[in-house]
Amino acid sequence: MFNYTIRRTLLAIPTLFFISLVLFLLLDLAPGDPTAQLPLTIPPEVREKIRLALGLGEPFHIRFLLWLEQFFINEPLHLLTELTGVDFSGDRQRVISWQSRSPVMDIVVQRLPQTLWVVGMSYVIGTIIALPIGIISAYRQYSWFDQIGTFVSMVGFSIPTFFTGVLLIVIFSVHLGWFPSIYDTTHVVTDWSSLIVQIKQMIMPTMVLALYNAAQISRFMRASMLDNLNQDYVRTARAKGLRENVVLLVHVLRNSMIPVVTVIAIGVPTVFGGAIITEQVFKVNGLGQLLITAIQANDIPMVQTLTFIFAVLIVLFNLLADILYGILDPRIRYE
Amino acid sequence: MAEDISPVLSVKDLKVVFSTRKGEVHAVNTINFDLNSGELLGVVGESGSGKSVTMMSLLGLLPSPPARINGGTVSFEGKDLLKVNPKEIRKIRGGEIGFIFQDPMTSLNPVFSVGFQIMEPLKKHMGLTGRKAQDRALELLDLVGIPDPKKRFKDYPHQFSGGMRQRVMIAIALACDPKLLIADEPTTALDVTIQAQILELVRDLRKKLGMAIIWITHDLGVIAGIATRVIVMYAGQIVEQANVEELFANPQHPYTKALIGTIPAVRGERAKRLNSIRGQAPTTLREPHFCSFHPRCDFAFDKCTSINPQLIEQRKNHLVACHLFEDKGVTVG
Repeated sequence: MFNYTIRRTLLAIPTLFFISLVLFLLLDLAPGDPTAQLPLTIPPEVREKIRLALGLGEPFHIRFLLWLEQFFINEPLHLLTELTGVDFSGDRQRVISWQSRSPVMDIVVQRLPQTLWVVGMSYVIGTIIALPIGIISAYRQYSWFDQIGTFVSMVGFSIPTFFTGVLLIVIFSVHLGWFPSIYDTTHVVTDWSSLIVQIKQMIMPTMVLALYNAAQISRFMRASMLDNLNQDYVRTARAKGLRENVVLLVHVLRNSMIPVVTVIAIGVPTVFGGAIITEQVFKVNGLGQLLITAIQANDIPMVQTLTFIFAVLIVLFNLLADILYGILDPRIRYE
Repeated sequence: MAEDISPVLSVKDLKVVFSTRKGEVHAVNTINFDLNSGELLGVVGESGSGKSVTMMSLLGLLPSPPARINGGTVSFEGKDLLKVNPKEIRKIRGGEIGFIFQDPMTSLNPVFSVGFQIMEPLKKHMGLTGRKAQDRALELLDLVGIPDPKKRFKDYPHQFSGGMRQRVMIAIALACDPKLLIADEPTTALDVTIQAQILELVRDLRKKLGMAIIWITHDLGVIAGIATRVIVMYAGQIVEQANVEELFANPQHPYTKALIGTIPAVRGERAKRLNSIRGQAPTTLREPHFCSFHPRCDFAFDKCTSINPQLIEQRKNHLVACHLFEDKGVTVG
């Protein structure tokens, strides 16, 4: 298992290198001009100088190697400097956003909390709701609980978040006035009442996304439980005289979790990707919103860095899913 | 049937129905039998004759819905198993009655170690924990002939062969010294040599532990080698019941005769075609008021299509449900 983990981690390195190359190529091929949003009064020769100053005059491979150096050497050294106070990085060039001229990673770090709070929380809540619903729906298949669960899942599945989001805003912000329609990023939690304000502004975006996540995961959970409930070993467990909840929550659940854990783990990177649309609807300026504005502004370093971080997370959580798989299922032992 | 000693298990008028789209299927129709202590009762019949359903219904192991027990009594240890509350039936399952199932490949939980699965009933019924449970589990693994139990204890089912898994299943079933062991086609999924080993093992264990056994199978060869008494089932009913020697020497019911006729000869003409019983086993969509076997029976006459024959004692301890013999005996049960 340990060897397997090491091997997979090492294998991830060429994978990620290749991904970063493809991303860089794609962004290079994409049409667009980083100076397009600058005022039209700027003369063409000045524009050309701006482009050269951004490093666009260099050939492709030089730009790619420079980005690699900046991202894999300069940024970690800078982080080390920040953490220890000892100067490791010197005047090494960091990855700079073309829009704001500040280091990309600094902006990411600023945006991360909003995304984690809202989108991450929704994923956690969605999972916590989904698992029991899936288990009960399967155990009491075709009961009223299952029927309602199926209906709600179908709704959560099929109605896009930009619709449920706006619907919630109309009902709870406009008509009832219970929750704010805009997420205030500058709000700082200092005491009880400010915490309540924070919770209030989190409720709607979190619920919209939680519904969506719960709908998916509960379906998986239900299907997986149903697969296992009819297995012979369940009858064996009952024939041993075990209580129903032991049969269900020890014997069946452990087996049913195997595919579900994979689905949950692979879904985690999407949290960091931010729910782009939901963040737009509720004006949460998290990572999703950051990516959208960067794309619109042709901010190549920002887009490259963000997409690459997502790629790293996807590779990482795939690996994690495989390891969890091996832990849950003794038949799968990676040698 | 049982004259002197009181039976371990006594089943009276048991009926089980399944609700299906086509209507209610009468899977078990008025089954009566007794099981004496230390006896090995073989239950034979074609697929779908209701053998497994009968035995599963004794312990409430049938999924309900669609299954429903439609009357009858099952006395075991002075209790009616069909009436006791869920808590009590759980005490009996795995405690006083052990169960072995057909397919050892799927009957063990793949994600738990064999040791864990054997210790479960020990913890549940005997209150053994930790060291003691482990010692008992090792003892059981040794008892069912698994070499090097200490090493195998932590292994998972997929690391065992089919025969070894069935041994583990037997160990689980015997964990709490049951008075009765119900084996539901335990050798059907195994190849012949392994089958012989398992039969040998069960014979030994019965001698050592002395429990009563109900052995369900569709293999008459197995029954001949292991059972003391045999029940032949057809379409959810018992058609014949006798001691094993008597049954094979002197089969009465046309169905039993036909079944015995299907056993391929090992010696003699090699090129002989295999015998079969013409027609198919019926689905019992209504409670029969006729002999269920009459469409396939060579001796059927008009009474067979209108009246369902009752089990009648033909000779001593030999019961047959067939109109051909009715005038010779007296109705029992």
